[in-house]
Amino acid sequence: METQGAAPKAVPKTALAIEVRDIVIGFGEQIVIDHLSLGVRSGEILGLVGASGGGKSVLLRSMIGLIPKREGRVEILGVDLDRSSEDAARAIERRCGILFQSGALFSSLTLRENIAFPLRENLGVSEALIEEIANAKLEIVGLDADDGDKFPAELSGGMVKRAALARALSLDPEILFLDEPTSGLDPISASAFDALIKALQETLGLTVFMATHDLDSLNAVCDRIAALDEGKIVALGPMATMLASDNPWVRAYFGGSRARTPALALEKEK
Amino acid sequence: MSEPLLLDSHVQGGQLTISVNGSWTGERASELDALSSRPIPAEGAVTQVDIDLRGLERLDMLGAWLLERMSRRLARDGREARFVGLPQHYRKLFDEVRGVNRTVKPVPQRKLPLTAQFERLGRSTVSFWASLVSLLSIFGRVAVSLGRALARPSSFRLTSCIHHLYRVGWQAIPIVLLITFLIGAIIAQQGFFHFRKFGADSYVVDMVGILVLREIGVLIVAIMVAGRSGSAYTAEIGSMKMREEIDALRTMGFDPIDVLVLPRVIALILAVPVLVFFGSMAALYGGGLVAWLYGGMSPEIFIARLREAISVTHFEVGMIKAPFMALAIGLVACSEGLDVRGSAESLGAHTTQSVVKAIFLVIVFDGVFAVFFASIGM
Repeated sequence: METQGAAPKAVPKTALAIEVRDIVIGFGEQIVIDHLSLGVRSGEILGLVGASGGGKSVLLRSMIGLIPKREGRVEILGVDLDRSSEDAARAIERRCGILFQSGALFSSLTLRENIAFPLRENLGVSEALIEEIANAKLEIVGLDADDGDKFPAELSGGMVKRAALARALSLDPEILFLDEPTSGLDPISASAFDALIKALQETLGLTVFMATHDLDSLNAVCDRIAALDEGKIVALGPMATMLASDNPWVRAYFGGSRARTPALALEKEK
Repeated sequence: MSEPLLLDSHVQGGQLTISVNGSWTGERASELDALSSRPIPAEGAVTQVDIDLRGLERLDMLGAWLLERMSRRLARDGREARFVGLPQHYRKLFDEVRGVNRTVKPVPQRKLPLTAQFERLGRSTVSFWASLVSLLSIFGRVAVSLGRALARPSSFRLTSCIHHLYRVGWQAIPIVLLITFLIGAIIAQQGFFHFRKFGADSYVVDMVGILVLREIGVLIVAIMVAGRSGSAYTAEIGSMKMREEIDALRTMGFDPIDVLVLPRVIALILAVPVLVFFGSMAALYGGGLVAWLYGGMSPEIFIARLREAISVTHFEVGMIKAPFMALAIGLVACSEGLDVRGSAESLGAHTTQSVVKAIFLVIVFDGVFAVFFASIGM
């Protein structure tokens, strides 16, 4: 079978999977994100930290186009969603998976149907294959194929996160956005979830952008960390950069008693 | 051909080689699905199959699964499949996919259509009884809660009750007036149109008066309240239930019946008779207006005729029914709300159920009252 005609064009090779340039986001009088720029390299896990209510979720949501920007531009895989055609934007959106903070699973569908839904809409393959893929996704996030028949309301918090991750991965995205992936999980489940994200990222070669509060997550899985304070990125780099930062907010965040473990671990490595 | 085929096979010396080329990703899902499920040529006694992945450019989980599925199919046919030239960076993905879909799901037993019908009938009968019991149980709990509130009036949530009174009473007045006005006008118009044929024009006033005061006023208002306020009650309580707010109340030592249900039910019981009164007046007004403009009957005559035709009894019959209908609507709405389970679909189903059951009960009550009033001569 000859297939070159249908072959989609290769992505322009950029080292940056996501590029945020000089964006401003605000609600009414209040400016939440103030001329912020940030680049996420392809294949890395970037953690975004910031005070509660400091605009982490707002930044993440505006990157995926859920909240309008006042100024600036966001390019995902080299395409600016605001300035491209509808079809091009849809195509890029299909290459991004999003894990919402509370899962956002469709409550009236079973887990398998939740995962099958985007597959059915986008792939145009047989029902049997859809079910196999949905089961495969459930299994790689550590759920049983039997769990696929359950409804979201019947699941524990940790299972909801895993199921939501499976749905985010359903279309084999290249970029994964995670909004507080480990919030509401106990430390053991949280570290298991961290390990899962890391493993999936390595296996599937994903670029991961995650907004989080969890210092253990930041330490365990993130290649780089971006600290958001007063609408700007005040520090960017690996954990060592954070610990060495002069910014008072970053010092307070990473120097607090809850951050001792990473700091100590880093000392030991030295 | 400039580009190698996505899937190509050739036999060389008793060895079948399937070469996989290009990008095996979700963008070409349907094409790949079809390709990889095509029968694989079984020439000669080939038992060894190499799947050559050297030409592979891009691969995602979908592609990996399709290849894995192909190799499992070969294994089932008794041929050994071997992956060769798997790019290093896709090794982990392959290892991951190896383990999935291993457990075979038992095929659910299909029931005979007749058995399934009987099962459905049985289930719906049981659920009908269950809903009746839950309605009675909430009635009992509301009665207990009312008793508590009477014993200790300070525990009654007056603010909440007044808030709901404003919503289900005051805010409902315009639409209730409009609808009952139109209904009254339509009844009068139909009456004049048909009664005129045998010269019974003046009896239109009797018909409008008695019908509106005894039946139509209270029925129309009750049905509108069930649709407008009953559904709102169910949706509110149901979404609170979904978000565990009801459980939160309970853990703080509040009885959700005291906090949520009683003020709503009391508000309805107070509001509906008032709405029925205003609605009936609007219907009579509509009837009178049509009598004047369409039937050529002056307002003075209409009022005089009305005074002869109706008595306070008719008015009482209508008004007595109103609070009972309000109670039925309120109890059904709240009990459906409390029965909502986790999903959005369940919320929708219970809201529908709430309106359907409330209207059904309103009409059943109306029939029971008709029999009752007839037997006591009202």
